[in-house]
Amino acid sequence: MDLNDTPEQAAYREKVRAWLEANKLQAPPRSGSSEDGAYIASRRAWQRRLAEAGLAGVTWPREYGGQGLGPIEQVTVNQEISRADVPGILDVIGIGMLGPCLIAHGTEEQKSRYLGPMLHGDEVWCQLFSEPGAGSDLAAVQTRALRNGDRGWMLSGQKVWTTNAQFASFGLLLARTDPDVPKHKGLTMFIVPMDADGVSVRGLRQISGEAEFNEVFLDNVPLDEDAVVGGVGNGWATALTVLMFERLTIGFGSENFGSPARLSELIASDRAARQDAEVRRRLGHVITELLAVRFNGYRALTMLARGQIPGTEAGLAKVTMVNSAVVATDLAADVIGPEALDADSDWSYLISFLPGLKSAGGTEQILRNTIGERVLGLPAEPRLDKGMPFSELRAKEREAVAP
Amino acid sequence: MNFALSDEQVLLREAARGALSRHKTVEAAREALEDPRALPDLWPLAVEAGWPGLLIGEEHGGAGLDAFDALLVAEECGRVLAAVPLLGLLPATAILDAAGDSSLGAVAAGDLRPAYVPARPPSELEQGWTVQPRSGFARAEAPHASVEGAEVVLEGEVAFVPDAPGASLLVAIGEDRDGSPVAAAVSADAPGLSVDAVTRYDSTRSLGHVAFASARGRLLGVGADVLADAWYLAHALIAAESLGGVQTCLDVSVAYAKERFTFGRAIGSYQSIKHELTEILRQLENARGLQYYAGWARQSAPDEFPLAASAARSAAGHALDSAARSMINIHGGIGATWEHDAPLFFRRAQLSRRLLGGTEDATDRVAEQSLLAAAPA
Repeated sequence: MDLNDTPEQAAYREKVRAWLEANKLQAPPRSGSSEDGAYIASRRAWQRRLAEAGLAGVTWPREYGGQGLGPIEQVTVNQEISRADVPGILDVIGIGMLGPCLIAHGTEEQKSRYLGPMLHGDEVWCQLFSEPGAGSDLAAVQTRALRNGDRGWMLSGQKVWTTNAQFASFGLLLARTDPDVPKHKGLTMFIVPMDADGVSVRGLRQISGEAEFNEVFLDNVPLDEDAVVGGVGNGWATALTVLMFERLTIGFGSENFGSPARLSELIASDRAARQDAEVRRRLGHVITELLAVRFNGYRALTMLARGQIPGTEAGLAKVTMVNSAVVATDLAADVIGPEALDADSDWSYLISFLPGLKSAGGTEQILRNTIGERVLGLPAEPRLDKGMPFSELRAKEREAVAP
Repeated sequence: MNFALSDEQVLLREAARGALSRHKTVEAAREALEDPRALPDLWPLAVEAGWPGLLIGEEHGGAGLDAFDALLVAEECGRVLAAVPLLGLLPATAILDAAGDSSLGAVAAGDLRPAYVPARPPSELEQGWTVQPRSGFARAEAPHASVEGAEVVLEGEVAFVPDAPGASLLVAIGEDRDGSPVAAAVSADAPGLSVDAVTRYDSTRSLGHVAFASARGRLLGVGADVLADAWYLAHALIAAESLGGVQTCLDVSVAYAKERFTFGRAIGSYQSIKHELTEILRQLENARGLQYYAGWARQSAPDEFPLAASAARSAAGHALDSAARSMINIHGGIGATWEHDAPLFFRRAQLSRRLLGGTEDATDRVAEQSLLAAAPA
């Protein structure tokens, strides 16, 4: 058991810290509105500086512009960025999830065309997976890609929950190419230029009033043949790669939401709250959970560093993290009173943000299903879609809800 | 960064599991419900395995291992409800070792069995060292101690002391006139000492009310930090033991959910059951992460040990309570009868959560340590 850096890791940390110390005055504020063009431009420029300093794409292979380092170094960079109180990369989704998918499944042409501009923030990416009718059951996507004569594909449908779509250059999109086979089999992954004809983006306002997510409408969007990633009909396997990296990305960032120190500082500075048994009980419970997330994170990181992939049980850390963040935020607001709900309060932002986070990256219920089946080996719920062609399944669903 | 068991730790855990498996400890726990004398004496097993010397330095004949290793052993005992007196033993050996006491060789060899008489260190809300009362919400004052040369004279009572009956040496903490804690090693046959054995609900847990009527012991020259450490070590141990129990509750319940059918389906395929089981797993994994934290902190970050041990106790205590209840729910009516093992774990949970100040006292310590780190009182 050793939580300390090895001498090599300590040297790396020192190097990262020194660079951040020297450059942090050039950094934009840590948070700003995703609807503010000037702020986004400043974040792109900051990502470029981080990339040039080797602090973006830390785990990407060197041949694609990354540092070829391991998860420990990635976490070191995240910790130091947080310590320096500067923002990290803008395109977490591209660099953390979509880039690694291109590296795993893309053609050499795709890798050389897209990865460099992604890494440097010149081209931001978005993830076009979820749909109004396909969330937990992602393989039920209905966005259709039809053969467009002999010149590629034609795309139609709607995507939702698309972070960064309003300023993204490209999206990685999961579409149905064959409705006459069972649903997991008829899918294909595409690269979609967000400025293509027929793509329109509309902000989706959340509880806070901000529109961090978007709806993306696809109306006969023409795509070239080389837009396919990972092969026609192989979209599910390609999507699973993205989802695996999504779990890792969420895992590395998991301490950002429920900072035990911030909550403790708030309560410590309020004399009446500090001595109230009920406040202390609530604080003790939530700190216990947040500490468990932190130390289980170290366990997962140890596995990663040894080349093992943390199993689906990592999803439990997400459940604990989100629920504890909700509890922590509620407690803070109870101590502060109505003033916590002022629009400018950080707590107010979290109060609005967290209910939606429960569904992000898989709802708690679907995570518990998956963990129950994969980790505990419990039998799956009987399902009606197994082995049935997607088109027939849709017909049956429509029949079931017909008046 | 290395936050995983070493090969030696895996071996230690396997050895403990193997040694315990030669005794029918769960069956014994059931028989002891009707006849407490049915419990096998597992002290010879503990001695053979070297557990009395786990935390005693090699120069005193011990194994010189870390709390981390001791917690792995406690976890294995908890998994099978084995009545090994670790909870009384190990914090006592930690104090004796810090004091360099003359008894260490005999303790490490298993010839003497010490028991720790718990005293809770002061907190922001409650000044002074306190002990478990026989009944009621208010904590009792620690025994009064007066130092006479190399001896301490103790006056007072501590209720519900784990593993006190049959112990040959009690490692007790009293407060002197200035309110400073004083530790003493009191021989079981010292005049003025009485240990009144009691059983409450969990027949596998040996408890005693310990009374000192001008009882004399050997002064143990250790500071308040060592005595606070013993309190938190006891918390970490009861947490590890509880975690082992949670693991059994989960394993047994999962197996049943796969083989019990209703409406043509295994009950484990229903989300209601599946989600209840994943909740046990979630709490188990959280408790395990905190057990590692506690084990690591005592060795490598002692300032964090009070926080880590309290968090481990809080998490594991709640986990065992809810896992035992879930085990009963998932098994249906049979889970609430003596036909099943579930009541044994439920009884363990109900008593454990009320010992050593109680699980919620540990939760309060988590808050207190976090508040102190944020801003000193």
